Amino acid sequence: MSEKNERNERNEKNETKTLQKSFFAPLLGWKALFEKPVTIRVPKEKREAAPRYRGFHINDWEKCIGCGTCSRICPTDAITMVEVPDMKQEYGMKPQRPTIDYGRCSFCGMCVDICTTGSLQMTREYIFFSHDANDFYYAPTERGLLDKEPSEIKVGWTRDESSELLDLDRILPDAMESSERIDSFVEFVKAYSKEQAVAEAARCVECGICVDRCPQHMRIPEYIKSIWKDDLKDALKWLLKGDEEQSNLGANPLSGVCGRVCTHRCEEVCTISHRGEAVAIRWLKRYIVDNVPIEEWNDAVSFDTSKTDKKVAIVGSGPAGLSAGYFLASMGYDVNVYESMNRPGGVMRYGIPKYRLPDEALDKDIAFIEAMGVKILTGVAVGRDISFDELKNRYDAIFISTGLTLGRSTRVPGSDHPDVVQALPLLREIRDYLRGEGPEPKIAKRVVVIGGGNVAMDIARSLARLQKMKYGEVNVTLTCLERTYEEMPADLEEIEEAIEEGITINPGWGPKEVIFFPDEDKIKGLKCVKCVEVFDENKRFNPKYDESQVSYFDGDMIIEAIGQAPDYSYLPEEWKAKIQFVGPRILTNNLRQTQIPWLFAGGDIVNGPDIIHGIADGYWAARGIDEYLDSNGNVEK
Amino acid sequence: MGEMKLFFGPNHPGLHGNFSVHMYVEGDTVIRARPVPGFLHRGFEKLMERRLWYQNLALIPRICVQEPDINEACYAMAIEKIAKVDVPERAQWIRMIVLELARIANHMWAFGGVGGPTGMYTSMYWSVSDRDKVLDLFEELSGARIYHMYIIPGGVRKDFPPHFEEKLVKLLDYIEGRLPEYETFVLKNRILHTRLRGIATIDTETCLKIGVTGIGLRATGVPYDIRKIAPYLFYDRVEFDVPTATEGDALARISLKPQEIRQSIRIIRQALEYMPSGPVNTKIADGNGLRIRVPKGMAYAKVESTRGEYGYLVVSDGEEKPYRVAVRGASYPQGLYGVEHLMPGTRIDDVPIWLDTMGVCAPEIDR
Ligand SMILES: Cc1cc2nc3c(=O)[nH]c(=O)nc-3n(C[C@H](O)[C@H](O)[C@H](O)COP(=O)(O)OP(=O)(O)OC[C@H]3O[C@@H](n4cnc5c(N)ncnc54)[C@H](O)[C@@H]3O)c2cc1C
Ligand code: SF4
Ligand code: SF4
Ligand code: SF4
Repeated sequence: MSEKNERNERNEKNETKTLQKSFFAPLLGWKALFEKPVTIRVPKEKREAAPRYRGFHINDWEKCIGCGTCSRICPTDAITMVEVPDMKQEYGMKPQRPTIDYGRCSFCGMCVDICTTGSLQMTREYIFFSHDANDFYYAPTERGLLDKEPSEIKVGWTRDESSELLDLDRILPDAMESSERIDSFVEFVKAYSKEQAVAEAARCVECGICVDRCPQHMRIPEYIKSIWKDDLKDALKWLLKGDEEQSNLGANPLSGVCGRVCTHRCEEVCTISHRGEAVAIRWLKRYIVDNVPIEEWNDAVSFDTSKTDKKVAIVGSGPAGLSAGYFLASMGYDVNVYESMNRPGGVMRYGIPKYRLPDEALDKDIAFIEAMGVKILTGVAVGRDISFDELKNRYDAIFISTGLTLGRSTRVPGSDHPDVVQALPLLREIRDYLRGEGPEPKIAKRVVVIGGGNVAMDIARSLARLQKMKYGEVNVTLTCLERTYEEMPADLEEIEEAIEEGITINPGWGPKEVIFFPDEDKIKGLKCVKCVEVFDENKRFNPKYDESQVSYFDGDMIIEAIGQAPDYSYLPEEWKAKIQFVGPRILTNNLRQTQIPWLFAGGDIVNGPDIIHGIADGYWAARGIDEYLDSNGNVEK
Repeated sequence: MGEMKLFFGPNHPGLHGNFSVHMYVEGDTVIRARPVPGFLHRGFEKLMERRLWYQNLALIPRICVQEPDINEACYAMAIEKIAKVDVPERAQWIRMIVLELARIANHMWAFGGVGGPTGMYTSMYWSVSDRDKVLDLFEELSGARIYHMYIIPGGVRKDFPPHFEEKLVKLLDYIEGRLPEYETFVLKNRILHTRLRGIATIDTETCLKIGVTGIGLRATGVPYDIRKIAPYLFYDRVEFDVPTATEGDALARISLKPQEIRQSIRIIRQALEYMPSGPVNTKIADGNGLRIRVPKGMAYAKVESTRGEYGYLVVSDGEEKPYRVAVRGASYPQGLYGVEHLMPGTRIDDVPIWLDTMGVCAPEIDR
């Protein structure tokens, strides 16, 4: 109250008495006669715009990736993405560039602030004349609207940290520390919480650059958007049905698996990665699958198909086989999958360690595939329990996806010793043991792993865990030909995590000989020589060594993880002769059809190298088989 | 003599934007008046419901061409209230500086405005060219002269460019030096006194009844100023006075303008002194500009514009676009009710003066 009075009092003092009129007042106007005119006489005079002026745009075409984000933010719809003919097509970019209609542009500069590559900027240019309205519709280049030498153009509004409109930092899922995760095979990366997932999904700009990179062309922006909208059933539908307008392209029946262990090539090209961290596409996918209870899957995803009377056999229940089965079943075919192992899943079940891919995740995906009507006959090896010809007689078409089941040996002296083992069978044993379905594998106190790829990391990290659980300490040495972490084929992330877990990595060494204790049949270690070059000038694998530099790595057991090979022994010679091979791989057409019309193939024996390629193979093979069975003839594509 | 109907506008030099009044006159006196708005109706409020939270930044300054920044400030402040975010200190000071600069520019414009209907074109030339100097600074700061699109939810888009403060102080000194000239040349001018004294008079009671705020109300002696009554930003941390007059006529309203400019200068000088360094904005939500969502809620934010209370009511249903945005244009009361109820009795040639000094701003009425 008193304050108010005070204020009023003050205002009393401040009260304006209108000024007294004066006869002489207007004469002051004469003063202006002696001043310089303020009018700028264009074109004789020019006025320079301010350094952050929002004038006409320029765009660096080398940097721009055609993501179209600028056009999506544009509040006036001034930007259209226009296809550029003859533009080189490569992953991570689209052959289109933004075109601006200056009849609409409001010069807000938001396109500049959100441009994912930083290629788009505004200039200080603001005067442009033309009688032709079409001239105001312009695809910015480095030369600008006035077509000048780039060096002569004064840049105006550019993005800075505060005007940034992208969200550059990835939200990391919670994960166990290395000291904790090394004590068990528990999946150490935790799923996103809802808040985390929605916030991560909010970083996507819906450009779809990632879709082109994904071998199966999953509908990434769509399912990320559904996460953002918190409509997980819709998100799941995008995962499992893909694009319904395009014959379900983009569907992935192993989304729960891929949400954990996919090689996520999509993230390598994610538009956000140009200036920040890629959207965590893989973890977002996992979030969807983990958070829709399986009971609700049918509800979210149903195919309306009518049953056909045709039957298809699939050999191998790895990703390729399961995917082909899923899509064939969705088309109404009767599908039987033959699997020699006791459980379905191939490498997903018997290779990839449990701490990356727990059984439950795989089971959830497979349960839905089976619910679609795919019958999986486990413990039935084709060639042993049922002949290939028998299959041929019983089914209308066959899809083979038997993977790379044989290990490769270094064949160095001593490598025939029983304590020199290959990664694949050992990984299998470990998984069976952890499931309580097999005996404890032999776990040495000191292990040397040969190999620089992800399989080597998997076995090294698995053994490190077993050592820690059994002996309380880790003693694993990993050595490989590649001389640097960057050169090693394993993911950098895997290498870092392995080191955190106490694994010693010695890159740049070639195995020479297994060393034994004198007079004992007991391995002492591995003798290696320096590898000076892995690939020759033709980029072919052709390692060169410097024999004068020698190193010994101590170990009671040596694991070879240097690659896998296919086992075609189940194929009768008659058919094998008709199939065309490229090295160990089978050649097919785009619809994964071999030289034998009723025989289709996919997965690691055709393309590889990962799960998602196998899934894509399964998808195309299903379409191929459908076309073949529909037409009863050869499908040429 | 019988009643005649005359159309005023929609284009007229004494008008800020297109607005029309149907006047029923007897002789040269208006008997009845009907405002005819809508010439500048572009459906802003509806358009806002169809655009992303950020995209609206390009739209809203257009609701008041002369003082665009109040739109940006109200929109941002309402969103910040709903999202419960704290805007960094520096950004708040910068916003105050922007709003006061806009005030200066708009008061300058008003000298031009009154020059039109009174035939004092020199006054218009002077003030428009001086206003341009303020626009120069806006250009330096925001990259644009008129539609700044500078205040955003969460703060402002960019920090001051290099040497901005020096330029700003120079400008303030210049304007301060110019004010006595305006006062002598415009406000002491006989023509102005003859034409404006006792014209378009309004009293406190009527102001309060129909909702006239700002200079209109202050010219009747009420020191009502939102910056004092309900301080936003840091208006409670600076010292300034609220000039008032008692006559309530056109001359009183015009005469208050230089006083107000002085107070704005005073505020800006203090802001420059008090503002800390630091970030100039904060995120109002996770994600990129395409995916900003404002939590469910409703808020009203108001500022003191040159024409009085200016406000935005923003309603969010938690989605990426506003559910509803309603704009309270400051001149809504005088422009619509005022024209109908107060204009009668005015002479035809005083109608432009009436509209101009009452601060009738067509775009903010039409929205
Ligand atoms: C250790 C390891 C880790 C890997 N980690 C990843 C990873 O993290 N991410 C990724 O994307 N990829 C990874 N890969 C690669 C990926 O697992 C393979 O590319 C993929 O599994 C290939 O799928 P596929 O369908 O061709 O065959 P596989 O998964 O190899 O499955 C083939 C199946 O066929 C069965 N089979 C073979 N012969 C017969 C027969 N005669 N009768 C019946 N059944 C038969 C096998 O038992 C097996 O189950 C990894 C591979 C390995 C070895
Ligand atoms: S400046 Fe604004 S209106 Fe113009 S093209 Fe860019 S985003 Fe669109
Ligand atoms: S946002 Fe940038 S990179 Fe993407 S299309 Fe537009 S200009 Fe090119
Ligand atoms: S995940 Fe990345 S590349 Fe894919 S649509 Fe989103 S922003 Fe674009």
